[in-house]
Amino acid sequence: MRMPIAITLNGERREVRAASVAELLAEIGLDTRKVAVELNEEIVPRSTYAAQGLTSGDQLEIVHFIGGG
Amino acid sequence: MNLDFSEAEIHRYSRHILLQQVGAVGQAKLRAARVLIVGAGGLGSPLAMYLAAAGVGTLGLIDHDTLELSNLQRQIAHTTERLGRNKADSAAETLHHLNPEVKVEVHQRRMDAATARELIPQYDIVCDGTDNFPTRFLLGDACHLLGRPLVSAAVLRFEGQLSVFRSHEGHGFPCQRCLHPEPPPDGLVPSCSEAGVLGAVTGVMGTLQATEVLKLILDIGETLTGRLLLWDALDARMRTIRLKRDLECALCGETPTITDIA
Repeated sequence: MRMPIAITLNGERREVRAASVAELLAEIGLDTRKVAVELNEEIVPRSTYAAQGLTSGDQLEIVHFIGGG
Repeated sequence: MNLDFSEAEIHRYSRHILLQQVGAVGQAKLRAARVLIVGAGGLGSPLAMYLAAAGVGTLGLIDHDTLELSNLQRQIAHTTERLGRNKADSAAETLHHLNPEVKVEVHQRRMDAATARELIPQYDIVCDGTDNFPTRFLLGDACHLLGRPLVSAAVLRFEGQLSVFRSHEGHGFPCQRCLHPEPPPDGLVPSCSEAGVLGAVTGVMGTLQATEVLKLILDIGETLTGRLLLWDALDARMRTIRLKRDLECALCGETPTITDIA
């Protein structure tokens, strides 16, 4: 585990140790099957969660999967 | 393109024809267009009504369900007297009263793979206003494989989402599976009947969906192709985020594994 970095998650600043999107989702305990992840106003494809690194100051939002009509 | 309009048509559509970006040519494009609306419910009601009022020449409405009392809190194309009737049939009656110039094709059946293969090629644009993930993924796959734009809206509680998918055109446009590769397992994401939805939220999202359809037909402005619009009614906050094509996507990626409509 590396030193914590400061990111903004859903509008709130927080310190995380995760180095990638995949690690972040594990760290905060989110089920990846019901969300999409937005990094700096762009959706991160699920197949690149492990490769997508995080840097200090990143803005992340969790976009919930909804399907009602 | 047929630019002949009756006096009544010119009068009816005068506020459109006045718009520089629409005009008589745009109104003729709307009249020539064929749009399929899947689901005559909370999204499909305002969507179908605005498209009919706008003079979209042919509207296909598909819904296998019958109208229930709990639908009327948001599904405004229907009326209390029509409880028990098929929803596509009920909505068609409303559309006919709104604009008898519009041809409405009623499909009282469930959207399944065979129906998708048969109906989607008959229309220029497909709109998803369904209430379940299997049908949403079927439509996403079918529109990509059959080469039709998909204008997809979704709602839950106080939230709405909207996007336009045109991955079949290339240009690096993402498909629906680039956003969500798989439907969520049963029970993980609630439906409106389980978690509720504010009726007016479906009205806003269905109306935004209609606006995107009109922009596509008229070829004006910037559509939501490659972007996702998110609206939170409680915060009164609307924003759009970029979608990214997933090169490993099973549908539109470099080595697709979904090659047929199932």
